[in-house]
Amino acid sequence: MWLLQQADAVAALPEVALALLAMALLMFGVFRKGEDTEPVIIAALVALGVAATLVVWGGEGRMVAFKGAFVVDTFARVMKVLVLFGSAVALALSAGFMRRDGSQRFEYPVLILLATVGMMLMISANSLISLYMGLELQSLSLYVLAAINRDSARASEAGLKYFVLGALSSGMLLYGASLVYGFTGSTEFPQIAAHLAQQGAGIGMVFGLVFVIAGLAFKISAVPFHMWTPDVYEGAPTPVTAFFAAAPKVAAMALITRVMVEPFGAIVSDWRQIIVFVSIASMVLGAFAAIGQNNIKRLLAYSSIANMGFALVGLAAGTQQGVEGVILYMIIYMIMTLGTFACVLAMRRKGVMLEDISEFSGLARNHKGLAFIFAMLMFSLAGIPPLAGFFAKYFVFAAAVQSGLFTLAIIGVISSVVGAFYYLRIVKIIYFDEPREPLDPIDGEVKLVAYAAGVFTVLFVIPWIAAPVIEVAAAAAQSLY
Amino acid sequence: MSGWPILSVVTFLPLLGVLFILTVRGEDEGALRNIRWGAFWTTLVTFLLSLLIWVGFDPGAAGFQFVETHAWLGGAASYRLGVDGISMPFVILTTFLMPLCILASWHVTKRVKEYMIAFLVLETLMIGVFCALDMVLFYLFFEAGLIPMFLIIGIWGGPRRVYASFKFFLYTLLGSVLMLLAIIYMYWTGGSTDIAALLAKPAFTPEAQKWLWLAFFASFAVKMPMWPVHTWLPDAHVEAPTAGSVILAAILLKMGGYGFLRFSLPMFPDASLYFQDFVFALSVIAIVYTSLVALMQEDMKKLIAYSSVAHMGFVTMGIFSLNRQGIDGAMFQMISHGLVSGALFLCVGVVYDRLHTREIAAYGGLVKIMPLFAFTFMVFTMANVGLPGTSGFVGEFLSLMGAFEANSWVAFFATFGVILSAGYALWLYRRVVFGKLEKPALMHLPDMTPRELATLLPLIVLTIFFGAYPAPILDAFGPTVETIIKPLNEAAAHAHALAAASLQ
Repeated sequence: MWLLQQADAVAALPEVALALLAMALLMFGVFRKGEDTEPVIIAALVALGVAATLVVWGGEGRMVAFKGAFVVDTFARVMKVLVLFGSAVALALSAGFMRRDGSQRFEYPVLILLATVGMMLMISANSLISLYMGLELQSLSLYVLAAINRDSARASEAGLKYFVLGALSSGMLLYGASLVYGFTGSTEFPQIAAHLAQQGAGIGMVFGLVFVIAGLAFKISAVPFHMWTPDVYEGAPTPVTAFFAAAPKVAAMALITRVMVEPFGAIVSDWRQIIVFVSIASMVLGAFAAIGQNNIKRLLAYSSIANMGFALVGLAAGTQQGVEGVILYMIIYMIMTLGTFACVLAMRRKGVMLEDISEFSGLARNHKGLAFIFAMLMFSLAGIPPLAGFFAKYFVFAAAVQSGLFTLAIIGVISSVVGAFYYLRIVKIIYFDEPREPLDPIDGEVKLVAYAAGVFTVLFVIPWIAAPVIEVAAAAAQSLY
Repeated sequence: MSGWPILSVVTFLPLLGVLFILTVRGEDEGALRNIRWGAFWTTLVTFLLSLLIWVGFDPGAAGFQFVETHAWLGGAASYRLGVDGISMPFVILTTFLMPLCILASWHVTKRVKEYMIAFLVLETLMIGVFCALDMVLFYLFFEAGLIPMFLIIGIWGGPRRVYASFKFFLYTLLGSVLMLLAIIYMYWTGGSTDIAALLAKPAFTPEAQKWLWLAFFASFAVKMPMWPVHTWLPDAHVEAPTAGSVILAAILLKMGGYGFLRFSLPMFPDASLYFQDFVFALSVIAIVYTSLVALMQEDMKKLIAYSSVAHMGFVTMGIFSLNRQGIDGAMFQMISHGLVSGALFLCVGVVYDRLHTREIAAYGGLVKIMPLFAFTFMVFTMANVGLPGTSGFVGEFLSLMGAFEANSWVAFFATFGVILSAGYALWLYRRVVFGKLEKPALMHLPDMTPRELATLLPLIVLTIFFGAYPAPILDAFGPTVETIIKPLNEAAAHAHALAAASLQ
């Protein structure tokens, strides 16, 4: 316990614990007998729970560890709990799928745990070095996860594509980070911030900033760095896609928020134009490109691109209000996404997963509850009140309007109307079209996640749910300013 | 006022009915009967309770009554309900029409449970729109209504229902999102989303008012609907089931007019003055052009839909005449149109249920076999024309009077609409009811059933009653209209003084 006696390392206790548990689980998986992975999955869920408990009970206020490389504040705690929650739900969703698929491997939960450690490091990164370290730990785990179904050509292609493009973006990020280091003389966020506050940004610094943002935009799959998303979403096994769409997006968005606000907070006007462009491009492309998609996973890939664009609207505001909007957006987005993927995972007829949206036709006749949840999630993603998705959009647009970004806000709301078209198309297929044969029995955990997400989405409007969530988001945003 | 939150109760009571219907299991005849009666009693009790609002309402006071306030989204918005003279009549209209809609849907056999749930949810949302005193809450109710209406058109609609439902949804959504941005801007500039506070001291510069006015206009003009963004309405009306058409024509369209009176006029008086001629132009085009279009229709519902657009033209004209007569007329016209157009769609529903076509040419000579129907249809045709003695007359007359005061040319051209409306409505009546009874399909049509009569009788009584004695409605919103006009007069006087000063 020498490590923990180094007083400041206590701040990193959840990460340390989760990493150790992941390694222990790896040993457990290797040395145990038998094929089924359920015990490993349950143990992994427990590990995530332990980490979440440590995050919540790990003290309050701002703590810095490892000589300033690692920071824990309310923002970090909120985002970490969110990420741990997202990972746990995605892991739970995969149990039944993997069992039927015959692709159960004990490495799968272990990789998810390692990716989660990476995400937590990303969220707490306080220097360019620890940022990169967290990002790579997460990314390398994700590359493997994308190709976990190694007998499938599509999955291998997805994994390889993801790896090649991901490596490219890491390269860009590193190049940008080295420029930032060169022009400010430090890799640590507080020093960079202090330098920029005194001397402003020169052209070389802005150059580096562009590359850093490009590398980070890749991780949240924002346009123009989105090309991998539809292919990876489609190629990876559905529970893995659910995982990709939830926790890593939250972590990367948290990272980009911290990087923009803390080290580069003094040069808002320099990065705002980039974020505005990326945001508009994502919203518009996400809205238009999804119209032609018939594969639900590809469609959700474009939907997630558009959603990242909406979240960036809040960041573009560059204010505490904006960051609050981003956090709220990510909370609601993650729950909606996990719910939607649970619905997609439930779409199984005669042992075959249904991915073509026309296969869902008439779902409302055979499976009333599930169809209702699915439709509500679609309306919510379209941003129709009184569902949760409306409030997510409301708060980011409120921040943008407050900062005077009217053009961004107008383009944003109009593209949300365009986007509403394809969400409505799914509702139309579920509710208006003629029914087909009933689905196979749905796994309990899938049903639970779908229903829980549906209830959250529909009832978010009630003050007992909305007010605490908004409060948490506000407190987290407060800690960054 | 009274100790209990009557507005919340009336607003959310239909959801209680939804809970009851959800507990009904099975699809046999008994279960369906339970569902229908459950929905009917829910709407009826809601109506009876809402009458307490009318009884307790003090028509002499101008401000909001029955106000309720609760915390909701932290500081960003609160839950505030309340009614004043211009919203109370709409609340009553909504609760009054809902039981009739449920009665008119008695024969629906397809997915009855979902149907009734959709209507009850829609009722909650419609009442909410008129009661909301917080802009975010208003927007929430205003937009949320799209979901049940989308499903009603799309599931229980006619052959082109998918096209109609998408068009309805996306048109309305596009208009509304711009209003949302305006609401957000008003929150940051005005410091609150409380409608009452913003009404008390409108705080926007004339320049900002123009943009805000346009954003609200985008939403309300589509909802109203005004020419040239009215094209979704004929599609939606034709495809929607009868009760859906009734709700659409009688209540959803009124949200546009209500919005103008609640937001555009009192909060942006300078902009309203500035855009007055623009709205006049659109209104007159709507009145004359859509009346001509209505003349040429071969589908009964489409004809009534175009006639609705024309009548809404009178409403916008009345509202933007910006004087007491015009706004009184517009308000009355909205209530009257709610009764009359709803009844006309019910009448179409009566014959549609028998013959399953809305083609005008398929009918003729109905008076010989359906005398009761012929009488009912005549009352509402006359009310639609605006015959003195029916409620349609009062609204049209007052809004024309207001328009005449504001701009006599507008009144001159709008009057053609009265003539044209007589043209299409009477011609429709002649083709359907009079003439020779020679089509074999028509020979054995039964006359209206007691259920259909029960649906339409209250509407006949009210149409004639308010035509003869409009005071109960006019008195209810009189003081509120005065408070709406006050800032407008100030703005006009200010503009006049500026113009006079610049001349010297």
